[in-house]
Amino acid sequence: MTLGKIIELLNCQIISGAVDLQLDIKSAKASDLMSDVLTYSGPGKLLMTGLTNIQVIRTCDIAGICVVIFVRGKKPLIETVELAKTCKIAILATRLSMFEACGMLYSNGLKGVTITAPAQ
Amino acid sequence: MSTVAVLSQTFNIKGGDFVNAGEPACKIRNILREIGINANVIRRVAIAAYEAEMNVVMYARQGEIRLKITPHKILLEIEDTGQGIEDITLAMQPGYSTATEEMREMGFGAGMGLPNIKKNSDIFNIHSTHGKGTRLKLTFKLNGKTKK
Ligand SMILES: Nc1ncnc2c1ncn2[C@@H]1O[C@H](COP(=O)(O)OP(=O)(O)OP(=O)(O)O)[C@@H](O)[C@H]1O
Ligand SMILES: [Mg+2]
Repeated sequence: MTLGKIIELLNCQIISGAVDLQLDIKSAKASDLMSDVLTYSGPGKLLMTGLTNIQVIRTCDIAGICVVIFVRGKKPLIETVELAKTCKIAILATRLSMFEACGMLYSNGLKGVTITAPAQ
Repeated sequence: MSTVAVLSQTFNIKGGDFVNAGEPACKIRNILREIGINANVIRRVAIAAYEAEMNVVMYARQGEIRLKITPHKILLEIEDTGQGIEDITLAMQPGYSTATEEMREMGFGAGMGLPNIKKNSDIFNIHSTHGKGTRLKLTFKLNGKTKK
């Protein structure tokens, strides 16, 4: 799914970053847990989260995630926006809840990544 | 196999500094990129370095990451003067966390950091003295069989 299509489906506001509307997003993840985000690998990655602090961007930078969407209309802190610029991570915001945003993308064909839980 | 010069560098980590936390891990990743290390190895080193660094930020006052690159492996040593870990077996369990409410609000405290570090490294070594500090020694192989 192109980033342009995602922006349209979620009615996203572009907060910062050079947004390449043609960028092919192959999968998405929704999480508010940083360690969980770090288990997400694969190409063309997008994260939806309710957290807006600076560590979200650091975590995405380490995990190789290039687009972050803040749900529930949350606005990021200034330092979050600044770091996103430095790391070349595009940040967007949607008014939809996490559940609605996920459902919207999933029902339009975007898939998640199946992660096998570590053996107990 | 291309020959990589031996390189070593040390990065300081300040306990409680959530704003700069993660910078050393990003720098390490950039160094590895510059010298052309395999992308999958870089990802694993970066994740392990970041998780270990965040643990120092959250549970210690002061610490450092030492990066050493030899032709055959990458070594990461993360040492801190913090409270130490009383029960390592318990700390290694997925889901176990003593993170505060404040840390959880920032998205930490899933209790997945140490298991993630172990999963991403080829050799994982942890040593901790309760009340004194913790030291992690991680090895990532550069040739032959490496983890996916
Ligand atoms: N360097 C350290 N010094 C003291 N205690 C530590 C250190 N690293 C880990 N611990 C202890 O081990 C527990 C588990 O660590 P782990 O990294 O697996 O999870 P976490 O940090 O609590 O959560 P997450 O990493 O998922 O955000 C911590 O909650 C803490 O009690
Ligand atoms: Mg941790």
